[in-house]
Amino acid sequence: MTIDTGDTAFILICTALVMLMTPGVGLFYGGLVRRKNLISMFALSFVAFSVVTIQWVLFGYSLAFGSDVGGVIGSLEYVGLSGVGMDGDGIPDLLFMVFQLVFAAVTLAIITSAVAERVKISSFIVFGLLWTTLVYDPLAHWVWGGGWMAELGILDFAGGIVVHISAGFGALALALVIGKRVGFGEYSMEPHNIPMTLLGGALLWFGWFGFNAGSALAADGLAANAFVVTNISAASGALAWMAASWIRGKPSSVGMISGAIAGLGAITPAAGFVGPLQAIIIGVVSGLLCYYALLFRIRQRWDESLDAWAIHGVGGVWGTLAIGIFAIAAVGGVSGLVEGSFNQLLLQAVGAGATVLYAFVVTFVLAKVVDLTMGLRVSEEEEYVGLDISQHGESTQV
Amino acid sequence: MKMVVAIIRPEKFDAVKSALEVNGIVGMTVTEVRGRGAQKGISLQSRGRSISVDLIPKIKIETVVRDDAVETVIRTIREAGRTGKYGDGRIIVMPVEVLAKVRIDETEAD
Repeated sequence: MTIDTGDTAFILICTALVMLMTPGVGLFYGGLVRRKNLISMFALSFVAFSVVTIQWVLFGYSLAFGSDVGGVIGSLEYVGLSGVGMDGDGIPDLLFMVFQLVFAAVTLAIITSAVAERVKISSFIVFGLLWTTLVYDPLAHWVWGGGWMAELGILDFAGGIVVHISAGFGALALALVIGKRVGFGEYSMEPHNIPMTLLGGALLWFGWFGFNAGSALAADGLAANAFVVTNISAASGALAWMAASWIRGKPSSVGMISGAIAGLGAITPAAGFVGPLQAIIIGVVSGLLCYYALLFRIRQRWDESLDAWAIHGVGGVWGTLAIGIFAIAAVGGVSGLVEGSFNQLLLQAVGAGATVLYAFVVTFVLAKVVDLTMGLRVSEEEEYVGLDISQHGESTQV
Repeated sequence: MKMVVAIIRPEKFDAVKSALEVNGIVGMTVTEVRGRGAQKGISLQSRGRSISVDLIPKIKIETVVRDDAVETVIRTIREAGRTGKYGDGRIIVMPVEVLAKVRIDETEAD
């Protein structure tokens, strides 16, 4: 139980990098909505960060990482961070706690895609509290806190299951409950500020180095591997999505940055198990898969407005399965299909399938409960004027 | 010739533009504007507090048409731009003295 100063310094920095991803999501989403909802979209990510911070400190961390109760949930031993101190194994327990906190926060921020331009902020705070407690915390416990997925040997290096599948499929369920924006499908709702979306995407890409490399929980070779494959997959995803959209017209910059995020989401679970060449394949496939998922979403006329499902959900499922296909024993000590082992792919499929089901069903129920009690949506008039004015009393226009 | 100035809902702009094009009105100048009508904007009542939004974003379309096309333009904008609620906008028709092209020396006087 000694503290390694190198590891501690590294994880402190990674935590700050991951924190920056939450406002990054805000900027990314903010540019995609109409101007009258920009402040709302950006503010929701800060709301997510603040709500999760308090939830995590009071009891969320304990539910996720307290000693295992029946494989499903953590005990209440760390409530209020009692027993979480400056000592630890390699890094201080407090640092591990806050590193996990920033993951939980960005996950809730990703979900705001589903409610863009129509959510009542008070209802989102309540929903966010419930969602983090009943969806995120159990999933984090199952995979990383010694729960049933960890027992089975299901792998998720940095959050393909816990962060991306849960946020993506949660967003889909939430979008179906809250309903479409007024005028969805009738008139165009084009992004109002593409450079802002690109800037948000850039912060996400940057923060993702902390997300994936930091998940090695040490400043070592595995962290370097995660860093390198993360960058490769992002670039591959960007190029693949760009190529696919180029065939249908022009290579849009929003498509390119979406492809990068698709690549980042997919490499997240696999970053500690694959090498550089596998990362290219994972990124390219993710870029294409998420692009066609987005087109499918539009054809289905689902107003999962900013595509958390198509990009994080579908990319997360692919990345989780990709461990079972491409894992190399030399990197993370696990062999995938390509190295002749079928077992891991089967485990990954169970993990991804169970998460899709759990996240979708529980989110659907929670959203229904909030909708029936408080109402998730603003009134039609408030939606028409925009959430900046109706929810915050502020406007980007003077 | 008449200048038609239409102030409409931003979300109805695409529909109005296409409907005008179908009726042969292609040339136009478009501006994003803010304004208010007889209701002095919107007053939102949300949970005890009241926020008044007195200037609401609108789209202004300006186009010059022949006198005999004015009725068609008004009818088209109404059909494509109407929701039936307050805030659908206004159409103003004004006389035009001269319409001169910049590219060539072609001038139409009324």
